[in-house]
Amino acid sequence: MENSLLFRPGHTACAGCGQAIAARLVVEASGANTVIANSTGCLEVFTTKYPDTAWGVPWIHSLFENSAAVASGVEAALKYLGKKDSINVIAQGGDGGTGDIGLQALSGMLERGHDILYVCYDNEAYMNTGVQRSGLTPFDTNTTTSPQGVQSSGNIRPKKPVPEICAAHGIPYVATASTGFPQDITRKVKKALSIKGPKYIQIHVPCPLGWRYETEQMIAVAKLAVETGLYPLFEFENGVIANRKQITPKPVEEYLKTQGRFKHLLGNPEEVKKIQAVADSNILKYNLKAA
Amino acid sequence: MYGPLNVNPLKSKGGKTGSWRTLLRPHYLHKNCIACRMCLMICPEGCVQGKEKNAFTVDYNFCKGCGLCADICPKQDIEMVPEEAKEEEK
Amino acid sequence: MKEFVEGSHAIAEIITKTNPGVISAYPITPQTHIVEDLAQMVANGELKSQFVNVESEHSAASVVLGASATGVRVYTATSSQGLFYMQEVVFNIAGMRLPVVMTCANRAISAPINIWNDQQDSISLRDAGWIQIYAEDNQEAVDFHLIAYRLGEDKRVMLPVMVCMDGFILTHGMETVDMPEQDKVNKFLPAYKPLYKLDPANPISMGLLADPDYYMETRFAIQETMKQSIEYLSEISAEFKSVFGRDYKDLLVEEYQTKDAEKVIVAMGSVCGTIKEVIDEQRSKGKKVGLLRIISYRPFPYARVYEALKDVPKVAVLDKAVSLGAYAPIAVEIKAAFYGKKKGPKVISSFVAGLGGRDITLESIGEVLRRLSTKEVNSDFIDLKPELLKEEYGE
Repeated sequence: MENSLLFRPGHTACAGCGQAIAARLVVEASGANTVIANSTGCLEVFTTKYPDTAWGVPWIHSLFENSAAVASGVEAALKYLGKKDSINVIAQGGDGGTGDIGLQALSGMLERGHDILYVCYDNEAYMNTGVQRSGLTPFDTNTTTSPQGVQSSGNIRPKKPVPEICAAHGIPYVATASTGFPQDITRKVKKALSIKGPKYIQIHVPCPLGWRYETEQMIAVAKLAVETGLYPLFEFENGVIANRKQITPKPVEEYLKTQGRFKHLLGNPEEVKKIQAVADSNILKYNLKAA
Repeated sequence: MYGPLNVNPLKSKGGKTGSWRTLLRPHYLHKNCIACRMCLMICPEGCVQGKEKNAFTVDYNFCKGCGLCADICPKQDIEMVPEEAKEEEK
Repeated sequence: MKEFVEGSHAIAEIITKTNPGVISAYPITPQTHIVEDLAQMVANGELKSQFVNVESEHSAASVVLGASATGVRVYTATSSQGLFYMQEVVFNIAGMRLPVVMTCANRAISAPINIWNDQQDSISLRDAGWIQIYAEDNQEAVDFHLIAYRLGEDKRVMLPVMVCMDGFILTHGMETVDMPEQDKVNKFLPAYKPLYKLDPANPISMGLLADPDYYMETRFAIQETMKQSIEYLSEISAEFKSVFGRDYKDLLVEEYQTKDAEKVIVAMGSVCGTIKEVIDEQRSKGKKVGLLRIISYRPFPYARVYEALKDVPKVAVLDKAVSLGAYAPIAVEIKAAFYGKKKGPKVISSFVAGLGGRDITLESIGEVLRRLSTKEVNSDFIDLKPELLKEEYGE
C-alpha cells in the first residue's frame, strides 16, 4: 500500500483543508500524464515549499494571475512537440487568482481555444494573505477587508458569476462542484478531460480558518451550501446549461449558522432575507428544485 | 552558475505532518467497512491507504487528525480517539 | 545573402531560421511589423511554430515562459508599455532560468504617451536578470538574435536575452542586411536541448517557494552567471566570426577612434551611427575625438570600459534615458567603472538626448562635444526648446 503518489502527503495545508482534498481528487482523476500550471496562492505555497513538493506530476508555478497563460504556453509547446494528445494540461488557482487578478488571462485562454482544463478552487476570499474579500466572496460575508461593523454587515457585493462568464465564451464544458460531493468532482474532471478544447470547473472548497468552522464539519458545511441553493452545482455544455444537481431547498440560516464568517447575520433577519433572496434566485435561475 | 531550483518529487520527503496532531487521531475499527473508499477520497493529506474491506489504514506520519475520514464513513467504522491512546496504533 | 529589407522583416526572417517552437506576442508600436511578418510566415507554412495570439503582453511573456519550461525554443517581442506590462513575468523568467529570447523595439514611456524611440523601456528593466545587448544597425540586430539564442541556451548560462533595437530607426528602417544562410545558422545554433522540462516521463516541480534559507543563492547564481557571461560573449563572438565572417570582437563594447582620443562619447544603439559620422568629420579636421559604444549593457563590461577609457581625459556619456532624480543610467556605470581607480578621465560628463524620439542630429552630437569641457555636468539635456519651456512651463 502506498500513499497518494500524484499528490503526496507531507504538505503544509491546514488540517481538514478543503482545497487540498479537491486538488488531490483533480490530479488523481487526471492521472500521471498531466502537466499542471498553478497560480500563486494557498495551494502553491502549501504544496511546494522548496525543497519539497507534493506533486507527482510535472508542475509549474510562475505568478498569481498567469496560470492560464503559462498553461497556454505549455499546451502550445506540447502541440509543437506532437505530444498534446497524450498529455492533459491543467491550469489551476484560487478564486482571486482566477476571477479577479487572473480573469483576463483566463478569458484569453478560453477564447483562444486551448485544450486545457482550468480548475478554480473557490474558498471565497484571499485566504493565503489572511482572509481578504475577493470578487467571489458572497454577499454579507465578514472578511478582514469587508468587516462587519455598525455601518456594514460584511461584503457589500454579490459573488462574481465566473462559471457563467466562462460559459459565455461558448467553451465546450463548464461545471461547478463541491468538496461535499467528492465523487462528483472526480466524475466532472474525467468528463472535462474527455472533451477537447477549453474547460472550466469551479470547486467550492471550504476553508476552516477563513470560514471559521470546526474542521470535521467540512462535509456538512459544503453540502449545506449546495442544499440551500447558495452554491448551485451545474454543468454547461457549449454555452447552454446541460445538468444541475436538484435539491429540496433548505433555508439559508442552516448554512449561515455553521460558520463564523456569517455569525453577525443570525440576529439580523433583514440581512438573512437578502441572502435567502440570492438562494431563491439561484434556485429559479438554474431550476434546482427537485420535482 | 545554475542552481537546484527544481524539485524531483521522488527526492522530496515532505514534512512529517503527523506531529501536528495534538488532540485526536482516527482509529479504524475494521468491523463494518464496505471498502467504499470515501475515507481515502476525503483525506486532505492523501495518507489513507487500502483496497479491501476492513483493511484501510492511515499513515500517522502525515495524518493531521482533521477527522474528515471518521465524519464521512457511512458505517461509522472510524472513530476519533484521544491522541494519548498510543496502544491503538497499528 | 544580401537583402535590402526593413529591420522588422529582417528580424522575422532570422527568427524563422532559428525555428522556435512557440512564438507569442501582443501588438505594440513599433514592434508590430516583426510579429506580423512572423504570423505571415506561419500562415504560409514556412514556419512550423505555434503562434499564440494573446490578450496582453503579460500573457505573451507567460506563454513563452510556459513553453520554454516545456522544453522548446521560444520567441517574443515587445516595446515600451508592453515591456512594463510584462515586467513581473520578465523577472520571473530570469528567476526560473529560462532562455527566452525577446526583441525590445525601444520606445519612450508614458506619460505623456509617445510612440517614438528612446531607451527608457529596456533600461528600466536592467535589474531583471536578462542579458541585454543593443544593436547599432540592422545587420547587428539580425546577428545578435542568433547570438542571443546561442548564449542564453548555453548550459553554463541558462538566462533570457533581450536584443534591444531602436524603435522606428531600426525596426522600420530599410537597410542592406547580409542574411545568414540556414545551413550556417544550423551550424552556429544547434537545436535547443533543455536541462529540465515539464515532462510526465520525468516529473519535476518548477517555480517553488524559496524562504530566507534558499532565496539568496538563486540571486547569487544569476549574478555569478552574468559575470561569467562576459567571457562567454567573447567566446561566442569568435565562433560567430568563424561561421559568418563578421567580427564583433568581445561583443561587450566597440572602440571607435579611441586610442589617442582626448574626448570620447559613450553611447548605445543606433545613435552611434550618427556619432561616428561626427567623429569622422572632426578627425578630418585634426580633432582627437572617439566613440565607445556599449553593446552589452547587462552584464556591464566594467573592465573593458576601464581599459578603453583609462587614458582619455574627457568623456561624455550620452544617455537616451533618464533616471529621474538621479544620474543618467549609463553615466552611473561609467563613473562606477573608475571609482577608486588610479587612472581615469578627469571629466565624465553626462548628457541626455533623444527622449521621446527627438532627433539626435549631427549638430546635437557637436553640441555634446562643445559642452564637454573641464567643468563636469550631469544629466545635461541636449536640444531642449527654451521657447517651449518658457511658454508652457513658466521657466
